Amino acid sequence: MNTAVEIGIIGGIAAKFRTCPATGLKIDIAAQNLIKANAVAAIVFLAVGGVLGLLVALTRWPAVHLLDADMFYLVLTAHGLDVLLVWIIFFEMAVLYFCSAILLNCRIAAPKVAWLGFAMMLSGAILTNVTVLMGESSVMFTSYVPMQADPNFYLGLILFAVGALLGCFVFLGTLVIAKEEKTYEGSIPLVSFGALTACIIAVFTLASGAIILIPTWLWSLGYISHIDTVMYKLIWWAMGHSSQQINMAAQVAIWYAIPAILLGSKPLSEKVSRSAFLMYIFFLQLASAHHLLVEPGISSEWKVFNTSYAIYLAVLGSMIHGMSIPGSIEAAQRRNGYTNGVFEWLRRAPWGNPAFSGMFLSLVLFGFLGGISGVVLGTEQINIMLHNTIYVPGHFHATVVAGTTLAFMALTYLLVPLIFQREIIWPRLAKWQPYLFGIGVAGISLFMMGAGTLGVARRHWDITFSDATLSFDYPPVAFLLLGLNGMSAILAAVGGGLFVIIIVASIIWGKKVDASNIIAALGPMPQKRVSDAVTSYGSAGTFHLPGTYILVGIFFTAFVLYYFVNWKYLSELWILG
Amino acid sequence: MALTSPENKVWWNEPIGRAELIWIGIAFLWGVFMFGMMVWWHLEGNQNLSNEVYRVLPATFEEKTEAFTEKYTVREESDIPVAKPEPGAEVYMLARLWEWWPILELKKGQTYRLHLSSMDWQHGFSLQPVNINIQVHPGLEHVVTLTPTQSGEFSIVCNEFCGVGHHTMVGRIHVVD
Repeated sequence: MNTAVEIGIIGGIAAKFRTCPATGLKIDIAAQNLIKANAVAAIVFLAVGGVLGLLVALTRWPAVHLLDADMFYLVLTAHGLDVLLVWIIFFEMAVLYFCSAILLNCRIAAPKVAWLGFAMMLSGAILTNVTVLMGESSVMFTSYVPMQADPNFYLGLILFAVGALLGCFVFLGTLVIAKEEKTYEGSIPLVSFGALTACIIAVFTLASGAIILIPTWLWSLGYISHIDTVMYKLIWWAMGHSSQQINMAAQVAIWYAIPAILLGSKPLSEKVSRSAFLMYIFFLQLASAHHLLVEPGISSEWKVFNTSYAIYLAVLGSMIHGMSIPGSIEAAQRRNGYTNGVFEWLRRAPWGNPAFSGMFLSLVLFGFLGGISGVVLGTEQINIMLHNTIYVPGHFHATVVAGTTLAFMALTYLLVPLIFQREIIWPRLAKWQPYLFGIGVAGISLFMMGAGTLGVARRHWDITFSDATLSFDYPPVAFLLLGLNGMSAILAAVGGGLFVIIIVASIIWGKKVDASNIIAALGPMPQKRVSDAVTSYGSAGTFHLPGTYILVGIFFTAFVLYYFVNWKYLSELWILG
Repeated sequence: MALTSPENKVWWNEPIGRAELIWIGIAFLWGVFMFGMMVWWHLEGNQNLSNEVYRVLPATFEEKTEAFTEKYTVREESDIPVAKPEPGAEVYMLARLWEWWPILELKKGQTYRLHLSSMDWQHGFSLQPVNINIQVHPGLEHVVTLTPTQSGEFSIVCNEFCGVGHHTMVGRIHVVD
């Protein structure tokens, strides 16, 4: 073993640690093991959930129509659970531990509690999965009452949520230790600040999940007679949608972290970027409303205010990051010497490094496909045209898969050398992986959104209505779009499968990493001195960023045009009042 | 850099670049505009979902819908009654596993008060190919004011998952000139 494990004082008490050869940071072995365990569990569930997703897409491809109806609804339920909740939150636990103990040079607080949380999450995830696979619980990820699942379905989710809450408290405890023991100076790094944002949102989210699922579990056991259907949705979505806001904060933190490691980038302004994260804390959780826009029993005033995240202040936060992140990359690249023209900085970025390409694709696809469609979908009246159509999964595959999942994949390419201390095996294959996955998911999102615009229902086994008493035909283009969606899903599955294989193989068989090869193990980058990045250089003062202004201008134009096109469509609907 | 503590301990006093300030201003104003757009559409737009909702027992709603259907039935289609209410009437349609009942025949350009509720689980009223989508809950009677602007045969697909027969749940609205 190349890196010696020492016993020393970190964060005030004795702990086992090693010294990172790239950064000189003390890496708490307990934190490292927790990061490894959570990341591995995450990737296992990503693999399972990904395969299930492919089965869903192949069934919705009318010419293939792979599964029978019972199996389709079962698989769709498990797919949603495994990727939207389990994969994402396990990985977020790894991110939280990384951004606290590792970045702050501190020992992790209460590692035994963290392991208890991990065990609860794992057993909860397995319990819910097994319950779904046994049948009788094909209630979809959302499990809207009064449709009822087996009690163990809810119990597994409660265990998972409470386990994840423990992880959040360990993260917060680690921040307290780091502060008390002065393992860093001044304020916590921006990336840790982003992780803190994610953690605060996670506490709100997971508590909401427990608050609604515990009575629902008791109801399924017969102890409670009635759960209000609208109230269930309101609180359930405070978990279901807000958990995607954990992703949002975590992925933005990763968008700042990867260019910082590879290019030495710095935020344009600490103040602006941190304020943008603060807006997430204040306003993102209102998004429960996005699922209630065409529900009876909720007033329009409530809907308008909440669906807009209080006059779009959380969207403002995202738009700020949308300029700050490419801006910080451009500034760093210009400092790295790529100053020709408007876009040399972008052309000469390390596109062959899967961490960078994954991160940048994630940023672009999230912004253009996920962000814009999300605001449009969340407009109170426009939602009448799109609610529960396949446009909705189209939108959130752009945010959660092209955005979050791709960002997490990109970060994993750096975690393998830095935390698992292994080189990425098959770097050439790894180079292509983010593109295969990104293009596949972009296709999934676009084609589902297209079919949704034509009215195709989500969560629907048979759009030919062959067994229905009354017949209906969707336009032929809808069938074509679902076919293209199936093909894109195959591409994405190849990309996702490659990711899982490359990472697992690297962890098992990858060449060990030590001081001699750690920088090379991080993949191609313009500046081959990662520790340099820790010292000061970056974007301060270089505020002329023409490439970024053009990119942001294109984004804003697309946003405005698409927004008005949808109002135009809406105005052609039957009159509702 | 983003992975380390800010070099300047008093980072909140650092100036913000002009371009970033301009972008924040544009993004903020765009948000205010989009918010105003929803409010304005409530005042001037023609597509706003009604807020008129009553609590109702499924059995009561079923009785009301049956009385409505009995009064207005003009014929049957696939053994399902077709109700043709006069313009301006209170119109009832119920959702249950796995049908929308009854079939309606409406007149183009006339306004109706459509009462929607579910007998069992949640359902999704998805009027196609118009593409109007409304969530239907058991226990809540939602009164939607509806004016068809096209004539022809329209279908109601269920787009909230409601069990293994979900994909067979199709209803019908005819609109005549």
